[in-house]
Amino acid sequence: MRYGRYPFIVGFLAAPVAIYVTFVIAPYAQAFYLAMTNWRGVSANPKFIGLQNFERLLQDDIFWKAVRHHGLLLLAVPLITIAIALFFAFMLNVGGGGRRGEMTGVWGSRFYRVVFFFPQVLAVVIVGVIFSRVYAPDDSGLLNGALTAVGLEPVLFMADPDIALWSIVAVLIWQAVGFYVVLFSAGMSSVPKEIYEAATIDGANRTNMFFRVTLPLLWDTLQVAWVYLGIAAFDAFAIVQVLSVDQGGPDGATTVLGMEIYRNAFSYSQFGYASAMGVALFFLTITFAALTLRVSKRETIEL
Amino acid sequence: MTTNSKPIAPAGPAKSTARPTGDGGQPTGDGRRAGRDRRHSAATQKSEVRLLSGLGHIALLVWAILVIAPLLWTFLASFKSNTEIFLGSPFAIPDSFSFASYGRAWSEANVGRYFLNSVFVVTLGTAGTMLFGSMAAYVLSRYRFFGNRAIYYLFVSGLAFPVFLALVPLFLIVNNLGLLNTYTGLILVYIAYSLPFTVFFLAAFFKTLPNSVAEAAMIDGASHTRLFFRIMMPMAKPALVSITIFNIIGQWNQYLLPVALMQGQGADQKWVLTQGIASISTAAGYEADWAALFAALTMSILPMIVVYAFFQRQIQNGLTAGAVK
Repeated sequence: MRYGRYPFIVGFLAAPVAIYVTFVIAPYAQAFYLAMTNWRGVSANPKFIGLQNFERLLQDDIFWKAVRHHGLLLLAVPLITIAIALFFAFMLNVGGGGRRGEMTGVWGSRFYRVVFFFPQVLAVVIVGVIFSRVYAPDDSGLLNGALTAVGLEPVLFMADPDIALWSIVAVLIWQAVGFYVVLFSAGMSSVPKEIYEAATIDGANRTNMFFRVTLPLLWDTLQVAWVYLGIAAFDAFAIVQVLSVDQGGPDGATTVLGMEIYRNAFSYSQFGYASAMGVALFFLTITFAALTLRVSKRETIEL
Repeated sequence: MTTNSKPIAPAGPAKSTARPTGDGGQPTGDGRRAGRDRRHSAATQKSEVRLLSGLGHIALLVWAILVIAPLLWTFLASFKSNTEIFLGSPFAIPDSFSFASYGRAWSEANVGRYFLNSVFVVTLGTAGTMLFGSMAAYVLSRYRFFGNRAIYYLFVSGLAFPVFLALVPLFLIVNNLGLLNTYTGLILVYIAYSLPFTVFFLAAFFKTLPNSVAEAAMIDGASHTRLFFRIMMPMAKPALVSITIFNIIGQWNQYLLPVALMQGQGADQKWVLTQGIASISTAAGYEADWAALFAALTMSILPMIVVYAFFQRQIQNGLTAGAVK
């Protein structure tokens, strides 16, 4: 095993490490430096201006608007998605009741599991474009077409600042649920059958079974789901860009940090300022993940 | 149904004289009584199951319709004329199934070009990711050398950073290398950003492969490289398949990276599908060829649904594998 070992190791690692360091590590490292410059892309050398970008950030209304939107996305999307997905996963795995102690899903479980997952394999952008037509303000939209058909007033889903963000929340949930149904199903199938059997014999009904058996044993998976959905909530760029009017509008009602970073960098050439927003986004994400893991930490239940 | 929050405990001889409790009698008794009680509780349970699975069924069905309706509507609308889209009821079957809008989308709106661009970039991107990813993962998981852990954590740390943080410098680096608006640049960037998860996932898998086979091959005179390609790669096939599908879907659906790296004059010839359709969608506001937009959408949805139908199990496993770990 020793002959030619080092040349082999170096040969195998050189290319992947080179690509990775150039396109992933170097940009991340540079982002922190760029955030402290006033670079606008035109001057040859970015000028170091310390924390000025961050001071400007704190007084930027649109930045705070974006942060507030992340707050809403962070609460609404994971809460609703997890609640729906948990209920469906429970129905699909245990909802059919016990046949000789063995829990089965309801009739058609396989079908539902396949269909619910559909949106997950579609690009977020494609989903966004589809929904921009579904939400179309006139009869040509799927929803308004249906509303006017039953004699209701059309709703301006994306143009009304009060409901625009919620319309985006709905799309995010629509796309995410299937994935978490599968994720929770995987978690539920690893719960030993004997536990359900014992619970059935002791007379636990379905509600009891859900709250006292399934939920505690699924805690780790739930935690992972929450972190995933939270991180996804920090990255709603694609959907906002294609679905919202005016890239984050109306009047900033749907904007997110990703949108502002993209706009500042590529529309206004404010590379330094955009990087400062990137750094802010990074710390928000890390704080969120750390907090979630901390708050939801509890004794793992031994099986 | 009243709740019965008895602790879960096996029915032991000590409880053999216990009477059924008021709310329907739970079997904790001895063999003779147990049969009757079980039948009884089975009956109450059955009605409870029926009610719940009834409600649940409705919810499941409603969600299935919510998922399918927009997709079906897109598909139907792609055959309609503009007047039909605006004046007909949303779920009406088109007057005639005309493929004209597909022709317009494919050639005039360049969807054909975008589609082929996507296929090209994703094929090379995924192939490169799998080759480099498995090489790095293999060496990092099965060889001990100085710096091994450092390199491993360098790769895995990429999982924690939001891509947006890197966006601006990445644009500048790619620009400085003269790779802006080139397939090479985009493919290299796809590979780079797919490496963290690929290395993380495959390293864990390579670790589980048995040593004995590797040793036997070495004794037979196989080189390290040969050992990797002839023995280890075939043994790792299940993991490789899962992660390949994972990467194909991820790179096919990528939007942010191409939008940032394929822009400027003349770049629209090299756009990938997601980018192209997003731009058609914004342009459609003025040109208003909705049928062509729906045709373009259908062309981007159908391949994914077909691939998904075939590899449904692997895709679900692949996409959830990272999370369940």
